[in-house]
Parts: sequence; C-alpha cells; structure tokens
Amino acid sequence: MADTNIIELVNVSKSYDNNTEVIKDINLQIKEGEFVTLLGPSGCGKTTILRMIGGFDSPTTGKILLDGKDISPLTPDKRPVNTVFQKYALFPHLNVYDNIAFGLNLKGVSKAECDEKVKNVLDIVDLEGFEERQINTLSGGQQQRIAIARAIVNEPKVLLLDEPLSALDYKMRKEMQLELKSMHKLLGITFIFVTHDQEEALTMSDKVVVLADGMIQQVGTPEDIYNEPANVFVADFIGESNIFNGTMLEDKKASFAEAVFQTVDDYPRGTKIDAVIRPEDVDIVKPGEGQLQGVVTSVDFKGTFYVTFVQCGQYEMEVHCFELHHENEEVGLKIDPDMIHIIKYDMTLNHYEGRIVNVLEKTVELKFADALVEMPVTAICDGKFTISNGELMDSGKNAVDLNELILDVSFDPAKAQLSDNAKDGMVSGEIVSFYYIGDHYSYTVRSKNDIDYVVDDEYLWNQGDKVGIIVPRNLIRTAL
Amino acid sequence: MNNKNTLSTYYVLPYIIFSVLFILLPLFVVLYYGFTDRTGHLSLANFIHFFTNSRTIGTFFYSVVIAFLTTLFCLLLAYPIAYILAKGVYRGRHSFLLVFVLPMWINFTLRVTALKEILTYFEGNIAMHPFFNTIICMVYDFLPFMILPIFNSIVKLDDSLIEAGYDLGATKFQTFVKVIIPLTIPGIVSGVTMVFLPAMTNYVVLDMVYNSTYIMGSLIGSYFSSYDWNNGSIISAVLLIVIGLMTIISNHLINNKKW
Repeated sequence: MADTNIIELVNVSKSYDNNTEVIKDINLQIKEGEFVTLLGPSGCGKTTILRMIGGFDSPTTGKILLDGKDISPLTPDKRPVNTVFQKYALFPHLNVYDNIAFGLNLKGVSKAECDEKVKNVLDIVDLEGFEERQINTLSGGQQQRIAIARAIVNEPKVLLLDEPLSALDYKMRKEMQLELKSMHKLLGITFIFVTHDQEEALTMSDKVVVLADGMIQQVGTPEDIYNEPANVFVADFIGESNIFNGTMLEDKKASFAEAVFQTVDDYPRGTKIDAVIRPEDVDIVKPGEGQLQGVVTSVDFKGTFYVTFVQCGQYEMEVHCFELHHENEEVGLKIDPDMIHIIKYDMTLNHYEGRIVNVLEKTVELKFADALVEMPVTAICDGKFTISNGELMDSGKNAVDLNELILDVSFDPAKAQLSDNAKDGMVSGEIVSFYYIGDHYSYTVRSKNDIDYVVDDEYLWNQGDKVGIIVPRNLIRTAL
Repeated sequence: MNNKNTLSTYYVLPYIIFSVLFILLPLFVVLYYGFTDRTGHLSLANFIHFFTNSRTIGTFFYSVVIAFLTTLFCLLLAYPIAYILAKGVYRGRHSFLLVFVLPMWINFTLRVTALKEILTYFEGNIAMHPFFNTIICMVYDFLPFMILPIFNSIVKLDDSLIEAGYDLGATKFQTFVKVIIPLTIPGIVSGVTMVFLPAMTNYVVLDMVYNSTYIMGSLIGSYFSSYDWNNGSIISAVLLIVIGLMTIISNHLINNKKW
C-alpha cells in the first residue's frame, strides 16, 4: 500500500437548491490501494460523497483532488474512476459482452484486445463463458458480478461501489463481501465502498469513515472504530453498546450507574463523561461480586451467545454471555478497566449565541437559536446587568450597546423536557436521533431552522416525532 | 378448480362476441369485397387495379410521403419535448405534460380551423403553400400521440443507466445515442405507429387546408360514395396489409432490441 493520497476532499460542502446542506465541510484523505468504507445511516451524505467523486454531483464549495489535481470541474467521462451502481445499472439492450466492452469500445480498443480483456474480467468475477448471455437471464448475484466486471475492465484508479450488495440475500451478500475483498487484493486499486451495514463495513475495510448528518464522526481502522469510538453516535451506531452518563473522579476513576469504576482513560477530576461498555465485555459473576448488582430481566438465545438484560437499580445493562442465566436471577456484573471506554461529554451541546433584543421594565427579551424568551434581568449573566430608564447597564453603571452584546446561552439536556404538543415550550422540532443511556434516552431534536437541541427524557419517543421542548426559564444559563 | 375454469371461460365471452361482431366480421366483409367483382365472383382485378391505376397508386405514394413527413417532424419535436418533461426541471410535474396533451380535448376540425386562421395571419393566402400547411396542421394534430408513448418510455428509464453511460466514458451525445435511444425504442415505435397510419388516411386536414382529396382516406370515401364497394375495399385491405407489416416489424424491433 503506497503512502500517497489518491483522493483528497478539501473543505467539501454540498447544498441543494432548497438550501439543505447535506455535506458540511468535509476533509478526507484516501490513500492509494486502500479499501475505504463510507458508513452511516440513510441520509448521512455517504452516497452524495461517492457521487461527487464519480462526478454525478458537484460540491457547492471545496475541492476534490485526484492524485493532487482538482477534478471537480471534470465530467464523469473524463475521470479515471468507475462506479458499481446500487441497482447494477446494466444496459438491458446489450448482452454481457457488450455491457463489459461498452467502455473499451468508446476508447477505441481493438477487437482482439477487447475480447482478451472481457475474458479476463469475466474470469476475475467467476463468470467464464457468459459473454453471449442476455442481462435479463442473469440472477441478481450474477448481474452484480457483471456490474463489477464492467467497471474494473476500464482499469480505473479508483472503484466506487454504491451499496452494491444491498439487493442481495444474506448468504449471497456474505459471499460477495469476501470476494470483493479478495478482488481488491488482486487488483490493487483503491476501493471506496458505501454501506449502511456496520458489520459489512467492519468485515471488508482497511479504513472506515463513519458519517452522520453530513459530517465525519470518525475515521479509523475497523478495530479503532469499534474499540475506541470517538463519540456517542459512533458507539451507538457500530455494534451494541451500553452508554452511561457519569463524572470523572481522581486517579483514573469514574463514577456512573451509581458505582465507581477503575478506568484506563484519564481525564481531569469533575469532567463530565459518557462511558461506553460493549455487551460482550461484561462478565456475569456471583451476587455480591463485581461492581454492579442486579436482577436478570430477559434472556434471548442468539445461536452462539445469550443476550441477557440485567437491571441494576434504575440502570439497565445488556450483556452477551455464553452461560444461560434465568429471569429474576440475582447476579453481579464485573467490568475490567480496559473494557470501559470513556468519551468526554460534548460540552458544546445546547450552547447557542444569544442577543438581548428588547429591554423592558424589569425583564429583557433574550433571542437565541429559534427562541425568544422574556427573562428577569437578574437572571442574565448571574446578575451582572441592571436596568435603568429602559436601558441595560453593566456593573460599572454604563449603558450597554445591545448590538455589541453577544451572550453564550445554554441549557442542560437533563433539565429540559419534551412535550408531545409541539406548541408547548420554548421551541419545537422533530426528533432526528436518540440513544439509550443507562436509565434514560438522549434525544436530538431538530427545529425547522435546522438547529439541534439535545434533551434527556426517560420516556421512549420515536424518530420523526414532532415535539416541543420545555426549558424552565430559570434554568437557561447565560454567560458573556 | 374445474368450476373456476368454466367460470373464467364465461368471462371471456363478451370479448369474443365483441371481437367477432366488430373486428372479425368487418374484416371479412372488407376482404370479401376487396377480392370479388361486382357479380360476387372471386377476382384479383381490384387488387391489380390498385397497383396499375395511376390515381390509386399515386394517392398511395402521396399519402405515404405526407405520413412520413408528419411522422418525422412529430418525432423530431416530440422526443426533446418528452425528454425535457420526463427528465428536466419539470420532472414529476405532470401538469406540464397536460399542456401538450390538452389540445386533444378540443374537437379536431375546430383545431384545424383555428390553426388555419393563424396560418392565414402569417402567410396571407394559405392556398399559396398548401403542402407546407398540410404538414404543419398534421404535425400539430398528431404531436400528442407521439409525445405520450415516448414520454412514458423515458420516464421508465432509470437515471442510473444514463449515469452508467457517463461513468464508462461516454460523452452526453454518445450516451444519448448508445443508451437513451436504444432503451426508448419501444416508445418511439409505438409513437410512430400511432402517427404514421392515421396520418396516411387522415383526409380532414387535406380537405380543409388543401381542398384536396389526394389521400387514401378520401379515395376510399369517394369510391364508397359512388357505390364501388370493391375498389374501396381493396384500398382498405392494402392499408390493412401495410398496418400488419408495420406491426410485425415494430414488434420485431421491440423484442429484438439489438440492431
């Protein structure tokens, strides 16, 4: 594997006509010969990135470099890149040979050379002698192979694969995963693979790029992504995980789920954290042993292991174990320090830029994000301001220019509440994602102005629910 | 099972009755009159007359020319219109398609009359360019019949096939010729069939614009109005044969997409 970047995305953003930004300032380097997977839930922008590299979409801002040269102005036919499309996109009016030779014919390759190359790629995809077959006589798996053959016969520098296995059944998909991997080794070219299937991404790739919401969440080897998730989203999206809110104590100790755990990761005392524990990293021990005590609430057999849920006080822990435990059995849970992954809590959540737009008798109108709230002046910046004659005065009794006063407005996700009446509360929006955190859910609510709010709630809501967010006025914090 | 089978045989009955009464019987009548003489004896005289009489064969070729030009211009106009409607910025908004199909709701002769007025406004005396005006009126009348089937076949065309063309190194033009056209052949063929044959026999336009009866439809009419059922029928029969041949060829084209 060479160490040069073959593809480089530099500050790439993409917005559509209606101003929805689907890609938000992405930087990404892909090395020559790598098998890179773009992984994320639907709507995260992974296919858009692939289409921009292929030339079917152009970035609104930013550059796409191939071998150091900006290819963003080039049309798809001028790029040394080929695509395997999601639904194969084989030409139904041509037979297998003509489909594969389509690109070669355009380049004016001689008949003899063309025959040779087609035979060669059919050999690679294991469909020798299929030249004369019509496309509609092929099975899904065979069409998939022909689509790959049609792309690689052009000897592209980069092969783009847009969820190519999603239409295949489970067994065929597993088979094709391994075959694609060995094809990648054989050809030695760069593969960029798009999928929403995290297992597929972990199995196949040298490098996984986890995307959500048009932003890169983490880039790393499959092991890195699984063992050291960069944030709660990645932890939740890749594999199963137990996530708990907690605080760091001194000396590599963390407190969460009402217990104290020895950890490997170290952060300053008092740092707010999310602790991520994989279900297979929890050991069920005798009652009284281990850090947590609980009762088994449900057991499901999964072929090679049991999915066991243990209720520890108000916290729930998912455990994957090989021994069978029974419902209502009292157990202890033991977690080794190196199995606890600590993620620093994202302190930028629910922080917005705010301005005072109106000064009344004893109160001010504070505008931030989508909200306009009336607050007592004493609540602003811990009583730093006063009002006299309808003007805002600072502690030195000087009038403050409202245009120059920018406040940092924030609220604690735990202190806010969701309401099913969207009209209630400070702002309204739609739930775009949520995670289960030990004893409650953490919801991300997006308003129609595309501003995100994070709210903790113990009740289960669904993605897409329209909700109002209620924040008690006295719990809105402001700072300069 | 058996019961169900006999029941579904009954469902077919209305169709069979309809086919016999309105398709097979008229067809037989046409063929019978076409291949018999006035005394009712079997004869090829009408058939030979058709190909040897300068009036009939002349009209036949003249009709073919008019129909061919009408079809050609309809195709040249309809394809880009259908493409823009199906894939352009108006995609998925069928109201724009309606704009092109709406004239079909207005009476045929009314449309030709209106168009005649417009042409008179531009040309003065429309009798100066009768052939040209005939083609304009014909194209205007038949355009929706060409747009609709082509539109339908382009709408069905998966965008990823077009993108696959670009991806494999084809320019826009090459993709159009090698991917888009071959995959929309069924639409083109049915559009051509729907325009060419009616155009060959459409005498209303010619009559109104040209004051001419020099087209197959008029010719049949003129034979029938002089009670010459035999010569009128043989023209119909020949047209039937032409239709039959065209259907066979177009089916062949659609099924055997490789040319």
